[in-house]
Amino acid sequence: MSELVAGQSRFREQIEVYSFSWPVAVLAPLLAIFLQAFIPIKIHFFDVFDLPLLVTIYFAMSRRNPITGLLQGSIIGLVQDSLTRDMIGMYGISKTLVGFAASQLGGKIDSDNPGSRFLIVLTFYLGHQAVYFAVARGLVRQPIDWHWAHELLGAVANALLAVILFAVLDRFRQRA
Amino acid sequence: MESFLSRHKNLIALALVLAGQIVGLAIQVKVSSAQGGMSLMRLWSISTITPVEKLLVHSQRGVFDGWSNYFYLRGVRRENRELRAQIEEMRLQQVRLQQDALQARRLQALFDFKEQFISQSLPAQVIGSGGTDQSRILYIDKGSNDGVKVDMAVIAPEGIVGKILRVLPSTSQALMINDQLSGVGATLEKTRLQGILAGTPNGTLIIKYIMKDEKVEPGESVATSGGDRIFPKGLTIGKVAESSGGKDMFLNIRVTPAANLSKLEEVLVVTKVVERQRTAEETNGPVKASDILSERLPSVPQKPVEPNAKTDVTTNGAKPANPAPVEATPHANAPKAAAPAKPKAAPADEAPHQ
Repeated sequence: MSELVAGQSRFREQIEVYSFSWPVAVLAPLLAIFLQAFIPIKIHFFDVFDLPLLVTIYFAMSRRNPITGLLQGSIIGLVQDSLTRDMIGMYGISKTLVGFAASQLGGKIDSDNPGSRFLIVLTFYLGHQAVYFAVARGLVRQPIDWHWAHELLGAVANALLAVILFAVLDRFRQRA
Repeated sequence: MESFLSRHKNLIALALVLAGQIVGLAIQVKVSSAQGGMSLMRLWSISTITPVEKLLVHSQRGVFDGWSNYFYLRGVRRENRELRAQIEEMRLQQVRLQQDALQARRLQALFDFKEQFISQSLPAQVIGSGGTDQSRILYIDKGSNDGVKVDMAVIAPEGIVGKILRVLPSTSQALMINDQLSGVGATLEKTRLQGILAGTPNGTLIIKYIMKDEKVEPGESVATSGGDRIFPKGLTIGKVAESSGGKDMFLNIRVTPAANLSKLEEVLVVTKVVERQRTAEETNGPVKASDILSERLPSVPQKPVEPNAKTDVTTNGAKPANPAPVEATPHANAPKAAAPAKPKAAPADEAPHQ
């Protein structure tokens, strides 16, 4: 029993909390939103990716602060909403929940491992899409359909991109 | 109480932020159903991001044009030769098509068709997208300052692209036809069946509401029906790629768009559509229905002019009991009596676009 407790406390000690300089914290989400709007007109299939979502997950898991995570998710989602045809708040709600859940999860598991990053993003992507779908169908009454194959493909593509993107973003984080 | 708040501060913050956004959504649903306004946040975001996109697209285009027009001219001579040959071939084809068009126009005049003409269009550059596969949106570099208005049709030379959804002073947002919420009145050109063209989550186009007992072959052309009052009738949409029986009573018809919706750089916004009948000049001379009918009906000998009858009309203002046309062609009144009922649909490829 004492070994288990010691192991748990060691694990908690290993989980680092990171912070980011303000230019990185502001510019990275803005750049993600801009690229998400700009790249699909040149590379069509890019719209399967959700760069703002990946940035939300990364910052929330690194900072491990639920309030910061949900606020950042909310702002990123709302800005993303304003560039789409949708009502403002649909991506806002989805990314608020993802930001909150990712920061909670970041404090409990090792999120620096590429394998765990892949699985975390895969799960969060599907959760994000499910919340968006529920809001669109339930609250706004949009006649949109859920396509499992499309969503799974999107989840795998985003998880793969996340492994690369998170490794790049790791260079900008500092131990808090 | 304090300990409760501090213990659950994360959840309380989450609940507050979510509640705020849900209330915001509810207000927007109410407002948007009443009026088509634009929220301040959307206005700010679009006004911030689109100028950067515009700058990038225009500078990229400048570099590309400079390279392709002044430096990279390899193979232009050969291409020129091939194009000349192609023009010769097309001239021959044009003569044949002109004959067909003339005949079609004469028939349209005979049936008193009113057609929709694209009388004004505005070229625009694509500068951005909505960025998600849930919402297929394009941003173009023309806005209300250039005369763009909500619900104007957006087309490419190959086929239709979408419609204007929101307008800012120098930018506009267009909803593409492959978006899930888009709906375009469509006609199958051969079978004349009508349905609604809509998008799917993966960006393909489908035609809804064509009954299962109809036969639709792959390869059949699809054009706009004009029923949506946004796209003029007869614009090319694409071709049927696949047709199969669906779960309910309708066919599953997949359409390949004529315009390459994934690689759009320039589009045309249809700023003015006029509905009118073809003029005599457009029908290649003053062809009247009576002229055509008189060629087919046996002629009636001309009656002599009765001056009394004419006087009656002018003085009393009443119609004469037996009005005889003064210098009438034998069957001047014939078309109205003999003309068949106006057909419900005109062949889409006969509707011209200027």
